[in-house]
Amino acid sequence: MALIRVEGLSFGYHRKTVLDTISLSIDEGGGMALLGPNGSGKTTLLKLVLGLLKPACGNVLLNGRNINSIPHKELARLIAYVPQIHKETFGYLVFDVVLMGRMPHKPFFSRYGEADRRIARDALEKLGIADLAERPYTEVSGGERQLALIARAMAQGARTFVMDEPTNGLDYGNQIRLLERLKKLSREGFTFVFSTHHPDHAMSVADRVVMMRNGVILHDGPAEETVTSSSLEELYGVDVRLFTVEKNVHVCVPAVRLCRKTES
Amino acid sequence: MKLFPLVLLALILLAVVLISLSLGKYPLPVADIASFLLYKLFGRGVIEAERLRLLENLILEIRLPRIMAASLIGAALSVSGAAYQAMFINPLVSPGLLGVLAGASFGAALGIVFLKTWYAVQIATFLGGIAAVAIALGIARVYRINTTIMLVLGGIISGAFFTSLLSLVKYVSDPYNQLPAIVYWLMGNMAMADRSMIITAGIPICLGILCLAFMGRHLNVLSMGDEEARALGVNVMLVRITVIICATLISALTVVMAGVIGWVGLIIPHITRMITGPDNETLIPASALMGAAYLLIVDDISRLAFNFEIPIGIVTALVGIPFFLVVLKNARKGWH
Repeated sequence: MALIRVEGLSFGYHRKTVLDTISLSIDEGGGMALLGPNGSGKTTLLKLVLGLLKPACGNVLLNGRNINSIPHKELARLIAYVPQIHKETFGYLVFDVVLMGRMPHKPFFSRYGEADRRIARDALEKLGIADLAERPYTEVSGGERQLALIARAMAQGARTFVMDEPTNGLDYGNQIRLLERLKKLSREGFTFVFSTHHPDHAMSVADRVVMMRNGVILHDGPAEETVTSSSLEELYGVDVRLFTVEKNVHVCVPAVRLCRKTES
Repeated sequence: MKLFPLVLLALILLAVVLISLSLGKYPLPVADIASFLLYKLFGRGVIEAERLRLLENLILEIRLPRIMAASLIGAALSVSGAAYQAMFINPLVSPGLLGVLAGASFGAALGIVFLKTWYAVQIATFLGGIAAVAIALGIARVYRINTTIMLVLGGIISGAFFTSLLSLVKYVSDPYNQLPAIVYWLMGNMAMADRSMIITAGIPICLGILCLAFMGRHLNVLSMGDEEARALGVNVMLVRITVIICATLISALTVVMAGVIGWVGLIIPHITRMITGPDNETLIPASALMGAAYLLIVDDISRLAFNFEIPIGIVTALVGIPFFLVVLKNARKGWH
């Protein structure tokens, strides 16, 4: 049985249709990347998959249950949201941010216990940022914040992570380091669903790519079969070439750079 | 939750309480107060009958009620300020954000002009504060946008509305008796708090503070943004409404006890955050202790700085503003 099944999903804001009868299913383990231009409905789809929005039509099923019927707390223990890094919040310690992942495990009037702290520490160690525990979240780098948010998702106890443009706002090195980390975690059996603007990122982490435009799915399939120069041109309307640098390692190069080479 | 800063602040508050008990037109040495308290609480030591009567009158009848009132008001305003700052993800908002102070002021003025008994005025004050926040929430609800921005706008509109109504009441009031009474109320005035009021207002204030203190974890998550909080399994609407109800209740009660006292709810959580860090599990109780101690000190100044008593609302502003200018330099530290 599929982990997540999206059936005939439609959604709109203010009469404008954002998603138009989307269907797909996501199996456990591995990564699924959403590619598409701005306004294609990627973020809306992710929010529906998280149960943060109620669909106008159709259903999202998690392990066969309608996601909008699962109580918030229980849902948070099954599926975690790793948002884009924050611009504004208070300077909580990284450790305290990770500890927030224990929220869905606590009754309303209660405090975090030693068990919660241990789980938070383990999550920090797993992501290799244990040394940041006592630093303010607002004072570490963007990449470190993103890792802290992933650590929090782990502390939640969830095995499925939904990420909205996880590499957004990170410098080049941190983007690569984050992708490596995601790849490693997906090999350990975690499931990732993420949106991205970089076909390279999709190909390096995801084994499946879904291409969206104007609220419908254009292509859906294994990464190496789906991401092609023709599908990218169809998606974004630009000229892109794909090269194979090693066995199973593909890069995509925009035509701008290729033109310059031929001119000189 | 960090215990060390809380214990430290509790000790500071205790010291400020003892010093405040000793200060007054008839100064008492702290040692006398200590021996009186030992005698009263544990039956230790010996005090002459006449001296005992004097101490009982001064400490229990005159100074203690006022100290309790100042502590309760300082704690209530600081805690509601701290909770709002976390909820609205802004370290510079105050308990009056949703219009509670404007509404309560209007209620008080209306009561002073149209109602006969003091008791009725207090009820009008409380209801005015609640009504203003209810209207702010109503405005946010009508537009069906569950964002903090809409809440803030609702608060601004509701606050402006009640401020205009307050002007109207002032305009129609009798300028010889009622108008001065209204103005005096708006300046904040600790002398109004008597013992029975401290008990009737004090119990709900303590409950409100306690409830907010237990919501520290939720406030932390809420200040990461609504969607994130919901994805962490938090019922955002329930938490937000609970915080607003508690904060409105305790701020409205402070106006009932002593009129409008500004600046405390903005400054104290801000300064406390610099000491304890932003974790609301520690910050909320620490703000309560800090606010209580601060308002006690300010009340001592307002009682003793001159031959006559200055309304405490004026002193909190005069002391608070320079204080705030000093800390403003660090106001956004660790924010971006």
